[in-house]
Amino acid sequence: MSSATYTRYELLRTVRERRLMIFGFGFPLVLYFVIAVPNRHMQDFAGSGVTAPLYYMVSLASFGTMMSMVSLGGRIAGEREAGWTRQLRITPLSPRSYLRAKVMTGYTMAALSLGLLYIAGAALGVSLSAGDWIKTTLLIAVALLPFAALGIGLGHLLTVDSVGPAIGGTVSLLALVSGTWFPVTSGFLHALGQCLPSYWLVQAGRVSIDGQPWGALGWAVVLGWTVVLVAFAGWAYMRDTGRV
Amino acid sequence: MPGEVEAIRLEGLVKSWKGPSGPVRAVRGIDVTIGRGETVALLGPNGAGKSTTIDMILGLARPDGGHVSVFGRAPSDAVKAGLVGGMLQTGALIRGLLVHELVSMVASLYPDPLDIGEVLELAGLTDAAQQRTEKLSGGQTQRARFAVAVVSNPELLILDEPTVAMDVEGRRAFWVAMRAFAARGKTVMFATHYLEEADTNADRAVLLAHGRIVADGPTTEIKGRVGTRTIRATLPEVASNELAAIAGVNSAERHGDAVILVCSDSDQAIRELLPRYPAARDIEITGAGLEDAFVRLTGDPDDDEVPATGPEVHSAR
Repeated sequence: MSSATYTRYELLRTVRERRLMIFGFGFPLVLYFVIAVPNRHMQDFAGSGVTAPLYYMVSLASFGTMMSMVSLGGRIAGEREAGWTRQLRITPLSPRSYLRAKVMTGYTMAALSLGLLYIAGAALGVSLSAGDWIKTTLLIAVALLPFAALGIGLGHLLTVDSVGPAIGGTVSLLALVSGTWFPVTSGFLHALGQCLPSYWLVQAGRVSIDGQPWGALGWAVVLGWTVVLVAFAGWAYMRDTGRV
Repeated sequence: MPGEVEAIRLEGLVKSWKGPSGPVRAVRGIDVTIGRGETVALLGPNGAGKSTTIDMILGLARPDGGHVSVFGRAPSDAVKAGLVGGMLQTGALIRGLLVHELVSMVASLYPDPLDIGEVLELAGLTDAAQQRTEKLSGGQTQRARFAVAVVSNPELLILDEPTVAMDVEGRRAFWVAMRAFAARGKTVMFATHYLEEADTNADRAVLLAHGRIVADGPTTEIKGRVGTRTIRATLPEVASNELAAIAGVNSAERHGDAVILVCSDSDQAIRELLPRYPAARDIEITGAGLEDAFVRLTGDPDDDEVPATGPEVHSAR
């Protein structure tokens, strides 16, 4: 009697979603090659301070992992519609274990996406020290926390029909403002981006030059959004299961 | 495991939902006790309050008033202890798992589940064990949901309209599985709006209409009360109380020249009716829908008081 087996099957059935695998992992990978290959010799890419292959490796990894996390919402909405969430509520599975399994599923998908982009990056000549690879990965992992909460919150708030556009729209906008497609280094978009966790997700790629690419502002924004969105997810979950 | 307490005890249960035009008073005061090992049908038309009652027994809804206890505990505690299994009214299966994986996934949440092979056999899914959940037929899907509900080996199994949208063969297979589980000494409560299902598969039926219990007793008795057939005929100038006295007739109503006889045994009734009143014509015998029967049993649906003219509530147990 543990939630480990439950989590394992949760992962298994997610990995079996072929469309999710193709669009969730294939899409960022293809985009990476399309965008980074023509610019692969640019050293200080568009004022970002890093090479184009490194910049896009991290920015598209940010996009892919952010999508992995927020997509939790799509699957949750589907399970709610199927009545599965209610079925689980008449088992001894605690809300804590339920949510933990969701977050772990999100992180596993994010890790796969990240791994693929790292391999692609290395193929295009991205070379970092072992310490920098680890640091970048850890920063990305931290910056994904608010997106895990966002996905869970949207999944418990929206219907199957509305959650798709909501996820797609949110992630696309965040990606645009946060420099996924092109570095945003000044002006209004830059100021706006700095207030968003997705911006700092992309900035995790600057580890090799800055060492500490986030600074106090980055940490404050990421952790602040984590608190806000965890509260949102908690509210949405309680509201959804509020028939109790 | 408490040996003496009843499986379910509901006292003064009241629940309203928020509806588009004000609150919907789904359950308006239900008192009932279900003993261990009973198989009970919760019988009633749509909107009678069956699902709301079940949601409260399972801890999915909190009563506005009254009290629910399941094996002497709060519903959520009984659920946490793995004493209760449920098959909810609406529900598909999650995708991406094989049938045996789905059942194993749910089994892993319980302290002392049944063997997976045993559950699949009980549910008649042994041959479908290696199939993806999204590839199952309607009947197989319902039986897989049944397997999910019983894999914990619960003491109390609750099924909310389990055979809706199943074909005849599917229904038959489903009830075989249910009875096999009940035969293990388990308490089973199922909701249905088919009198037939209640009669064939339960020892006792609790009739709900408009959020109240209108009758409670052995299914044979309930069947007699509800009336299985209705005779309509044009028959002027015979008092309805004379007609109600005919053997096999439960009640008689007159609407102008037409009379409506609700029968527990329409065959017997028609044999007596025709020799006694040869003037009767335009005769129709129809199966009485439960809806009709309930309207007769309960009177005005929006009347807040228990109808004074309605039949007394049987409490056979």
